[in-house]
This record gives sequence, structure tokens and C-alpha cells, in this order.
Amino acid sequence: MDVELRGITKRFGSVVANDNVNLTIRGGEVLGLLGENGAGKSTLMNMLSGLYAPDEGEILIDGKQVAFDGPSDGIEAGIGMVHQHFMLVPVFTVAENVVLGVEPTGQLGSIDMKRARRQVAEINEKYGLHVPPDALIEDLPVGIQQRVEILKVLFRSADVLILDEPTAVLTPQEVREFFGIVSMLKEAGKAIVFITHKLHEILEISDRVSVLRQGRITGEGDPKSLTEADLAEMMVGRPVSFTVDKTVADPGRPMIEMDKVTMLDETGEKVLDRVSMSVRAGEVVGVAGVQGNGQTELVEALSGIEKIASGKIIFDGEDISHATVRERHSLGMAHIPEDRHKSGMVESFTIAENMVLNNYYAPEYSKGWAIDWQKVAETAARFCIDFDVRTPSVFLPGRSLSGGNQQKMVVARELERETKLVIASQPTRGVDVGSIEYIHERLIASRDEGDGVLIVSSELDEIMGLSDRIYVMYDGRIVAEFDNTGGKADRNTIGLAMAGAHEGEGAAA
Amino acid sequence: MTDVTTTPTQAEKLDSAANRKARVMGGILIALALLVLFALDVVPGQSATFRLTTARDAIQLPNLVVPGAFNMVCAAILAFLGVRQFLEGGARWTSLSLGFGLLVLVLAFLVWATAGTAFNLTSMLKAAVLASVPIALGGLAGVMSERVAVVNIAIEGMLLAGAFAGALIGSLLGGWIGLVGAILVGGCFGLLLATLVVTFRMDQIIAGVVINLFVLGVTSYVSSQVFSEYRHLNNAKVFRAWEIPILSDIPVLGPMLFNQNLFVYGAFILVGVATYYLFHTKNGLRARAVGEHPRAADTLGIDVYITRYVHVTVAGMVAGFGGAFFTLGNVGRFEENMTNGRGYIGLAAMIFGRWHPVGALSAALIFGFADSIQQKLALLNTPIPSEFLAMAPYIATIIVVAGLVGRSRPPAADGKPYVKE
Repeated sequence: MDVELRGITKRFGSVVANDNVNLTIRGGEVLGLLGENGAGKSTLMNMLSGLYAPDEGEILIDGKQVAFDGPSDGIEAGIGMVHQHFMLVPVFTVAENVVLGVEPTGQLGSIDMKRARRQVAEINEKYGLHVPPDALIEDLPVGIQQRVEILKVLFRSADVLILDEPTAVLTPQEVREFFGIVSMLKEAGKAIVFITHKLHEILEISDRVSVLRQGRITGEGDPKSLTEADLAEMMVGRPVSFTVDKTVADPGRPMIEMDKVTMLDETGEKVLDRVSMSVRAGEVVGVAGVQGNGQTELVEALSGIEKIASGKIIFDGEDISHATVRERHSLGMAHIPEDRHKSGMVESFTIAENMVLNNYYAPEYSKGWAIDWQKVAETAARFCIDFDVRTPSVFLPGRSLSGGNQQKMVVARELERETKLVIASQPTRGVDVGSIEYIHERLIASRDEGDGVLIVSSELDEIMGLSDRIYVMYDGRIVAEFDNTGGKADRNTIGLAMAGAHEGEGAAA
Repeated sequence: MTDVTTTPTQAEKLDSAANRKARVMGGILIALALLVLFALDVVPGQSATFRLTTARDAIQLPNLVVPGAFNMVCAAILAFLGVRQFLEGGARWTSLSLGFGLLVLVLAFLVWATAGTAFNLTSMLKAAVLASVPIALGGLAGVMSERVAVVNIAIEGMLLAGAFAGALIGSLLGGWIGLVGAILVGGCFGLLLATLVVTFRMDQIIAGVVINLFVLGVTSYVSSQVFSEYRHLNNAKVFRAWEIPILSDIPVLGPMLFNQNLFVYGAFILVGVATYYLFHTKNGLRARAVGEHPRAADTLGIDVYITRYVHVTVAGMVAGFGGAFFTLGNVGRFEENMTNGRGYIGLAAMIFGRWHPVGALSAALIFGFADSIQQKLALLNTPIPSEFLAMAPYIATIIVVAGLVGRSRPPAADGKPYVKE
């Protein structure tokens, strides 16, 4: 089945999300769709799947024009979307999730689960998906959940599969398996749209590539004749350097040490299990791992957001195991939280207010009970210049900034003071390439000034590029440690550790 | 954390929340054992007599005579369960032990209160089933709306509206039309709630409270201003009990379950239908998907808004039916605020019953049992003031819910409005 998008334009208010986009998708072919966050990839694909209607332009399937009125029309036309955030009901079984909306029915309107299971098993078999039909979704690892999503669209006999950032949540090994499934689907004649911002994946898996920037197609071609640099330039609009320039680290005294720290969640399950780690002055330590293996909790323990059940945390020689967040902060700990919207900033506060969220009580800004707003505004303006936060005024609400500028605002607030340790959790998530480069430079600069820097990221490339030393977390434990001086750590070995292969073996430093 | 002699595993074991809970429950059970031993002790030689059948019944059963020493056995069982919780930290059995312990406590209490006299157990159980009907229907209404993620505080108001409409329409046009009227009025309030929270995305708790206050105000006004003048407007015919042949002759169970009125049968049938619908039909699966992950349902072409409208309206109709019980199924007349919090207890039954129709019914039966125990015991001349007896069911509820609620899980999207992208 071939699909053609002609002159598609979509506006949200005054924002043009897609501007006159032309795209062809062919059966038996993988089309790589590349673009930064916010370039309009998801909007475009949501129109193809029927979730949005385009303002202008037309969609043709096998040469015939179609108009979708809601996602069920898209499904009917044979277009299936695997969303970045899985659309699975966690408390349902695999089979229930797969048949939801197109249930085979028996007597009295009851669902014929036997038939459903058999149909699921058939597709399982045909594409080698190996998904247990009766398992609850919440008990399955993300890699398998993703296959359930694929199973779901195949069950609806989709001929076009849109995969939105499918590799974001996978370990390198799971990505291998996933690519195997994609090839199998391709051979079966399915048309596949593979959305990503990872260049090497595009080069590896796609037969054709289209690049989106600011809602427009800025490049198309055959991945065989393109390099990562070509693609990056199409994606960003200027040449981009991938490597972070940094000298060899010169680590000094330990800045922070964790000694057998255990943390429990509200049900009493261990989310950190006897974690021991350290960050020394003047080094960048990365924490790699598949999301949900304790990285978030590690940061919460270090920054004091959650209490630890046992163990010790020493910050520059001082026991802070039970210190409050503010105490840690005033000792020189900076924390860039993983989710800026949830815990990094207050979206409805002005940029100036956001800039002093961690410091408003300092005598600099506060006289008695009153805050000196004049002073705050001046400081915020200075921070904006120093950290390249682009805004016409510091009195605009934080939400008026783009993702990259919001993140730079958070980074500015955390780094623009005397710090000893910088904890950066997902520092570049949902941030444009230009801002990523800038934030990386700043983190390295902190290191060179003698701070300890801890980076937690689900992007292995980011960890590998920045860190001098790498810990890998799996199931609440640190399962491996790697020396990455000069980038010498092995990507593959790290990937295996992320999947739990190193369990119990100790560190391979 | 300076104690280096304890290994981390031991320290963690002591700290885990489940173990702490097990210890608290153990403490409660031991306290109950002491309570039974010292406060509920029966004078030696006395025994309690429970009558199971009356002279009119087809099959006669001998009276159940329980010697006073039974309470010593009860105390021993409670103490055993409590100590076991302490020693083994048996997290797996905590809830079960507590439930069983409460049952033992209730039995001991009954024996103590009846010691030296006789007491008709069957009629109390029959009253318990009757008392549980509005709670069960309220709980079922809660299940229907919360399964599609609409929190329904308005059940209380819907019950009251059903009771009022049943009395008024029933007085004018007869019981059956009154019943239909009550269901329709309940449905209207369901539709109103759905409109407020689905379309206008009003806070679900506030919308529910608004409906409750509105219904309470209007019905109280009409009842005091109009019904007091025109008494024929508030004098409906009551649905009598329908005896089911053969089944109603079974001792104890027969009078309890098979010689009751329309509302009792209705409640049981509706619970069965709702269970089948929610867990075995495609629309039930879709409804639950809407309650758990509305966006997933939306991407599969399921209309989240319509699903919520329909289920909340049906919930209103169920509550309207339950409300009619107060007037058409019981006294035939409407009185100010006659539901008296049964809707809220229904919500508690729903939570206790883990958002499952059968669970809600079971919980409602427990609440109904507590209610009827308290009424019957008031007649038995126990030394406890009746006000304290009236408190007992609620205290039991607090213990049970505190002991169990940690493990029950509401639908994931419960209470959250859904905004289409």
C-alpha cells in the first residue's frame, strides 16, 4: 500500500506545525522521518493516523484521496500508529489490549477471548514477536510492551506502521531485536515510517529518509549516500559538532559518596538496593540505565527529596544522610531535575521569579519578609545573558519559553552560584540541538572549575560523550562501573549491563 | 544508622511498610482478644439461645444454644492470630487475619449480648439484607461511574432524589410508574453530573457536592411545605415481599434471600448483570479502558466522552432505583434527608469492594449486618448505651478500610477529566 501526503499544512493558533509538507510512503520500505523535538514529526503522523485533520493539503492512499474523521478512520484505512508513550492499559492482559475496540464477540455480547487469544498467537507466530497473550501489561518490560503495540496495529491489519520514537525506551540490545522485527515487517510488504532523532538509527534501518525542521521538509534522500553530518545539518540548519570538546579529567577529593544506600517505595519495595558510588571533584560521572531502574530514586536520595531507609551519604566530608534539601543546597549542591515542568520550574511564574526559586530567601533578594523584586529582575536579566536564555523580557511567564530556553533557565539558576556538586538528571530531554551543545559545554565547564558532576540520562550517547566514568544501574542496583577516559568504554558492554547481564559480577573498571 | 551489628537486610525487613502494617494489625487483634476476655465475658453457666425458625415456617430447626465458654475460645483465637502476626510478620495473611478476627469479635459480641436470653437470628439476617440494599445499589452506582473514571459523590443526592420521586410519583400514579419515575429522575441527575464534569470539566467532587446540596434543599423544602399540607401526595403503595416458591422454605436462607421485595431481587440481579457487563462484554472492556487509560481508548476509536456520559447516566438510574427503596420498598412516605448518608456508605462499600460489583455488594452486606445488629441489640437490654452500639459499624469500617485500602487500586484515571488533543 502506498500513501502520499500532498501539501499538508497544520496550524495551532498562530503556530505553524506543518507547512506544505509532501511525503511518500511505499509498501515494503522503511521511511526514516528525522527531526528535532518540536519539528512537527508527531503532528504530521497524527494527521496521517486520523487524530488531527490537516488545515490544507490532501492524503492519498493508493492514488485515492481520503479524509479521516477521527482515529478509527485511520485504522480502517490500514494505518496504525505505535505511539511514543505506549497506549496500553496496564491492568489489562496483552490479549485484552490487542482486541480493545475490535473485539471478537460471541453470545450475549460477550468477548470471545478464546478466539482473541488464537488470533494474537497467529500474529505472534507470523512475525516472531513472542508476546505472552495472558500476561498483564504492567508485568512486562518496556521492550515487550512495545511489541504489544505493534501486535495491536497488526491485529487491525494495518499496512502502514508509524513508529514514533520507538527506540527511546530500549537498551541497545533491545534495539537490535526491534530492528529485526522491523525488517520482518518490511519483508511482509508493510510500509513503515520510522520517526527518530537518532541519526545512526536512520542510517542503519531506513531505505529512504526525510528530514523535518520547523514544520518543513528540509532534506530527502538515500541514507546510503548520506552521512550523519549531512543529516544533522538538514535537521538543525547549520553544521553541528557531535563531540563534546573536553580535556582529560583531573579528579580530586571525593565530592559525594554514597555508602550502601537503600531506599524503599511506599509499598516497602526496594527501589535502591545498597547503592555505593562516588563522584570526585573535577570529574563527570554518568549513570546509564534503562528508565525505571532506580536512576530517578538515586537522584532523589542525593538531593534529599526522598528519605533513605539505610546507608550513608557523605558530601565533601560531611554526613548529609538525613539533611534537608535546603541544607544540601546551601552546602553547594546544584540539582537540575529530570522533569522541568514537574519539578524544575513553575510554568505560571515569570522568568525572574523562576530564576530565584532556589535562592529567594538569601539576604541579597530578601529584606525581612519582603522580596526586592528590582534586584531579582536585574539578576534574572544577567542570568539570561550569561546562559543564552532567549526571551524579550524576564517578566514573561516561564511557559512562554521554548523547551530549550526553559532548560537553560533551570541550568542558569542552578549553576550561577558557588557549587561543589552538580546533579543533572536528563539535562537535555526535549531540548533542541543548539541548546544541547550549550548545556553540555556548561556542564563540562563546571567540571573544569573543580565541581563534581553527576549526569543521569536515558540517552546512552549523552552519557558516553560527557562522562569520565560511568555507572550502570539495573533493578535499583549499580551493576557495573566503566572508565571512560578518552571515550574508551565499550558501548556494547554497557548495553549488556543495562539489560542486567552483569548482575552479581561486580564492576568491570 | 550507626548500629553496624545489624546487617542491612535485617534493618530493611523491620522497616518495610508491609511488616509495620502486620505488627499494627497484630496489636489490634491482641487488643480485641483482651476486649473479648474482659469486657465480653459471660457469667459461667449462662448460655445464649438463637432461634433460627419461627412456628409458621415449613421446615423447623432446633434452636442454636451457645454456651458462654464460647467467648473464651474466641479470645484465644484472636490472641493466636495477633501473636502470629507479630512473630511471623505474615504480610500475606494480614488482611485475612483481620477479617476473620472481626468476624470472631462479632460472634463473641452476639453471644455476650444474648447470654441468658433468646434471640431470633433469622429475622436479624433478613433485616440485614434489607438494610444493605440501598448501600449496595449506591455502591454499584459508584462502580459504574468510577469505572469510567468519574468520581461520583452525588450518589447520596441521587438516592434522595430517587426516594423523593418514588414517593411523589408513586402516590399519584401508582408504584410501578413511581419506580420508573425514580429511575428516570436518578438518570437525569447522572446526566447532569456527566455534563458538568465531562463537558465543562468541573471539579468532580464539587459537582457532586453541588448536586447533593441541591437535592437535599429542594426535597426538604417540598417535603416540609407541600407534603405536610397535601398528605395524599406523599402516601405511596409499598412493594410487598414476593415469596419465591420452594426456595423460600429453606430455613434461614429462605427468609433472608427468597422472601423479600422487588428491590432486594433487583439489587442482586443488577450486581450480576453489571459484573457480566463490565468483565465479559466488549462494551464493558471499553468502559474499563476509558477509566484506566482514556487516551489509549481514544486512539483506538472509542469515544471517551460518550462512554462517560452513558455510564454516569446509568449510574444515576441505578442510584434512583436504590433511592426508591426508601419510600416504595419500605415506608411509602418521604421524609427529610431520609437517606441519611447511605450514599456515602455506598461509596465506602465500593472502595472496600475494590471497584467490583460483587465486592461492593459484599461490603454492603457487612454494613447492613452491622446496621441491623445495632437495631436488634437495642431491644436486648445490653448495658451498652445504644449510641455506642450505633457507632460500632463505623468503627469496624474504619479498621477494615485502613487495613485493606492500601491494596485496592482505583481506576488509574479516576477523577481526572479527559481533554482531547
